[in-house]
Amino acid sequence: MHGLTFDIAHMLAGSLVLLSFVQLYQDRLTALINVFAAHAIVLAASVAWQAFVQGAPHLYITAAIALAFKAVAIPYGLRRIVVQLGIHREIENVVGVGLAMLAGIGLVALSMVVMLRVTPGADPLAREDLAFALSIVLLGLLMMVTRRNAVSQVIGFMSLENGLVFAATGAKGMPLVVEISVAFSVLIAFIVIGIFLFRIRERFDTVDVQALDEARGERP
Amino acid sequence: MIRDLAFQFAQMLLVLGLSPLLTGLVRKVKARLLRRKGPPLLQPYRDLVRLLRKEVVLAESSSWLFRVIPYVVFAGTWVAAALVPTFRSGLLFSWTADLIAIIALLGSARFFLALAGMDVGTSFGGIGSSREVMIASLAEPAMLMIVFTLALIAGSTQLSAMAAFMNSPEVGLRVSLGLGMIALVMVAIAENARIPVDNPATHLELTMVHEAMVLEYSGRHLALIELSSYLKLLLYVSLIACLFAPWGITTANAEPAQLAIAVVAYIGKLAAGGVLLALFETSIAKMRVFRVPQFLGAALMLALLATLLRFVSRSF
Amino acid sequence: MTGGALAGIVALFALGPTAIALSGLRVASPFIYAACLALALALGTNALVALLGFTTPIAWTVPFGLPWLGAHFALDPLSAFFLIVVNIGAAAASLFAIGYGRHEDAPGRVLPFYPVYLAAMNLVPLAADAFSFLVVWEFMSLTSWALVIAHHRDPENLRAGLVYLLMASFGTLALLLAFGLLASAGGDYTFEAMRATHLGPGLAALVLILVLIGTGSKAGLVPLHAWLPLAHPAAPSHVSALMSGVMTKLAVYAFVRIVFDLLGSPAWWWSLIVLALGGVTAVMGVLYALMQHDLKRLLAYHTVENIGIIFIGLGLALAFQAHGMPNAAALGLTAALLHVFNHSVFKSLLFFGSGAILSATGERDMEKLGGLIHRMPHTAVLVLIGCMAISALPPLNGFVSEWLTLQAILISPQLPSWGLKLMIPAVGATLALSAALAAACFVKVFGVSFLGRPRSPQAANAHEVERSSVVAMGVLAALCFLAGILPGLFIDALAPVTQALVNDSMPHQSSIAWLSIVPIAESRSSYNGLLVFAFILSSGMLAAYAIHRLASDKWRKGPAWDCGFPNADPVTQYTASSFAQPIRRVFGSVVFQAREIGEMPLPGSMAPAHLTVRLRDPIWDACYAPVAGIVSFLSERLNVLQFLTIRRYLSLVFALLVLLLLALAAWP
Repeated sequence: MHGLTFDIAHMLAGSLVLLSFVQLYQDRLTALINVFAAHAIVLAASVAWQAFVQGAPHLYITAAIALAFKAVAIPYGLRRIVVQLGIHREIENVVGVGLAMLAGIGLVALSMVVMLRVTPGADPLAREDLAFALSIVLLGLLMMVTRRNAVSQVIGFMSLENGLVFAATGAKGMPLVVEISVAFSVLIAFIVIGIFLFRIRERFDTVDVQALDEARGERP
Repeated sequence: MIRDLAFQFAQMLLVLGLSPLLTGLVRKVKARLLRRKGPPLLQPYRDLVRLLRKEVVLAESSSWLFRVIPYVVFAGTWVAAALVPTFRSGLLFSWTADLIAIIALLGSARFFLALAGMDVGTSFGGIGSSREVMIASLAEPAMLMIVFTLALIAGSTQLSAMAAFMNSPEVGLRVSLGLGMIALVMVAIAENARIPVDNPATHLELTMVHEAMVLEYSGRHLALIELSSYLKLLLYVSLIACLFAPWGITTANAEPAQLAIAVVAYIGKLAAGGVLLALFETSIAKMRVFRVPQFLGAALMLALLATLLRFVSRSF
Repeated sequence: MTGGALAGIVALFALGPTAIALSGLRVASPFIYAACLALALALGTNALVALLGFTTPIAWTVPFGLPWLGAHFALDPLSAFFLIVVNIGAAAASLFAIGYGRHEDAPGRVLPFYPVYLAAMNLVPLAADAFSFLVVWEFMSLTSWALVIAHHRDPENLRAGLVYLLMASFGTLALLLAFGLLASAGGDYTFEAMRATHLGPGLAALVLILVLIGTGSKAGLVPLHAWLPLAHPAAPSHVSALMSGVMTKLAVYAFVRIVFDLLGSPAWWWSLIVLALGGVTAVMGVLYALMQHDLKRLLAYHTVENIGIIFIGLGLALAFQAHGMPNAAALGLTAALLHVFNHSVFKSLLFFGSGAILSATGERDMEKLGGLIHRMPHTAVLVLIGCMAISALPPLNGFVSEWLTLQAILISPQLPSWGLKLMIPAVGATLALSAALAAACFVKVFGVSFLGRPRSPQAANAHEVERSSVVAMGVLAALCFLAGILPGLFIDALAPVTQALVNDSMPHQSSIAWLSIVPIAESRSSYNGLLVFAFILSSGMLAAYAIHRLASDKWRKGPAWDCGFPNADPVTQYTASSFAQPIRRVFGSVVFQAREIGEMPLPGSMAPAHLTVRLRDPIWDACYAPVAGIVSFLSERLNVLQFLTIRRYLSLVFALLVLLLLALAAWP
């Protein structure tokens, strides 16, 4: 499957990785939410492309779900939460932007090496898309690790899940029911986290997770 | 041979003649977007002529190097701009300097400009030079990594060969090309001292980088330095056009009709580039000076990622 | 030819005692340096003839040293190339010192050791067995140590000499062990025998590590570089030029000789270590240099960076050779060796410039210089050429070797191993970063020292240095220029060297049209220094002509723009620390934990404000301080051995004797 289809699939995968890096670079919460919405849109586009290329119409539904929930509903909800919590301020990174991006490159290199060595005989498009998907997952994890603000950790978690969806659609024949159940569980998790954020904010007047450590007595 | 030589000279004169027009277009579009009438399109030409007629005022503590540097800067930038394919690849002298040498030529122009900032011995020149070398210390590696990416895809570091490859059907949509393009746009903004890295129209020394280095220049020297910065902008727009939008560039042996179309296409690309630049500059604010290293660091990381992907697999 | 070379070296040795005999005479200093100049020129020409007209290696044995071994010497292309590098540096330094030596306070401490140092450096590339190699290596270290502590009244110089002696001994120990392992297969110490036998992969890797430690400490690889910025500035300037420009290159020679020649076929992962060390050294070296404001210390740290670049080229050559790509290996090796030559030329030029500044103003600190372009015009132009060359600006020679290294990186995706696929782009990025930072550093050096206004009375009253010093700098600047516009000649001269080491060489460059250089193929890439220079010159002159025809040519002098705050004090201009502040904040805050502490006086107080820049050296804190701590802890504990009673000492001896007898009894 070489030629233009190959390249477009790669381009969409690469754009997802690029948007993960852009998420790492962002300072401000509203911009981060916008980048996350773009991440979800590109994910929907790549799932739709896979549906077109593989001839699997149920993947169109997956793309529509991703678009509706992750590109529209969740960013809208997160923006409302951010406004209600009143945190339009700068995110404090635990490590600087430069070091985070350097670590991101290391993670991409790692996932390339792992994926391309572990699957020597498979279809090249699938292998390389899996490598990109693993790097998106790792970059989402990196974002959760390097941020203090709980909202940005949620976004990191969501982009990690985007990577998983991307990996699943890359392999041929992912049944729709799996995708629906995954999407619903993410939605439930999101609602629960949102509720917790409000409770944390009510109790401690902040959503900075380091402040929680202080309250628990773990940090002097 | 004579034909090729004529085309090389024609290209050199074309870039020299078009560069003030490009800057005039950018200023006009920016003004229009801000609901002003703006200066006329040909104003930069008038500025140059006015400066040429004026008397040069040299600071008392300046040296002979101060007077020589504008010529060196102009020569370096003009030679570099003459080697970037505009409407026709296969330039006669493209084998004398590849893309790495072109970047190094621009780097030596910047080296001398930074020395000019230090020459007079005031704090303004020092501000400009120290900030300029900080920006260069990140922009140049990013540019070199972009060159690596492009060379690994096209199989050569020579610009004419790269442009010909990009115009051929062998190049697909590559991830590393996309990353390289974004990184190149970021580096081009930094190198040409545009918003968000530097403000080319500022009069406040604390927000200047490029303008602070050339603060002491006047008269014909300032005309040469301004012309060099116009040329540099044209060089970068032509570079992005010939690498990422190469449609319309003809090969070495083409009929006059194709050449005419190529010239028109090139002017169209310049205009599009100018309008996009003006749009971008109007819609974003200038960054704090110490956010610029993060911006350029991101460009360096993107270019490094693109090179890494190319090393890992041929199909990226 | 061989007889002439040996006679020249013996004559250099003889000059040492002659200097002692002549000490006290005013004519001693110029005479000794002129004699050294003549001998260096003769030896250099000899080596050049040997390299260009090379047929077979020449070997000869001198009955000197161990009775059953003798001392073997051999002249092959690699030795000839490094002899050329040594003697160009030696000739230039001697020419410079004919004038500079007049400012020397204690010539009796410098003159006897200088010719012997030159002789030892000439012998190192010629040595062909382990014993004579180590003897002349140590001789070189000892004579340079004597020169480092020549100005012994300054306690800093004594400390520098101590660190230098420790690191040199440590390096020689590593080399001794390496040679021992190499000779273990056959039992013979000559290089011929080592070349013939092949070690197993484990032993060969151990030899590589030992050689990296031994030669790396002499060359200045991070983390073994700590002595370089202490010792190189302490010596007199012409000796600093030799130490930085030539002695570090002899360490590179030792590495190339042992790893490429004696060890034979490399394993691919050796190149990973060399590349990693080279990349880290390049970036750390230039970052250290940017934080300095002492001219000579900055130049010494810069040598560290260039050694990193050379080792990156050598690492690439090793990688290509391990994977059986001799053409690419030749490219990498040529890039590294050309950089060896280029660096020795422009680093010597820059050290001579700093020596000229030192003798003209008495200052090494850039914060006290300024405006020297008006007072020392010839030195200024030549140092500018040196700064341009070291910043890798076309059309000079620094750009050519960097371009070749980048071309070698561009053919490395063909290497199959994953480790190299990930390491080489990272190393390419560090190479690009260090090149850009080097340009920043030398804008700082030239801009703060030569441009602007003088920051101290010494700088305001500087005068041009002696003619011979200026001529020496001029010769080196001309060499920089020549190697930049005619690089094909130099690459062709290196062809026999790479042919002997990796069995291939770059395509013949002199036959290419218009004297371009083409590293791999015409379609891939080419560069023509001569034409680029011609274009720049002609477009500059065209612009000047057009301007003078079309524009007004009036000019007048006026005061500089001061934005309404007229303060003519030169203190208001940028200093070296202020110039480096943006880079210090971006890079230094991460690497050096750079902090700027400003103490402002209270309102109404007339005290001045203070700005202190605090830097921590991460390598000293991580590597050297713990070692020093352990050594002092152990020595305190063991100090108790000094104060035992006689009965205790006797019982120690008795216990050891019994132990040895037990070991003998239990030996199977």
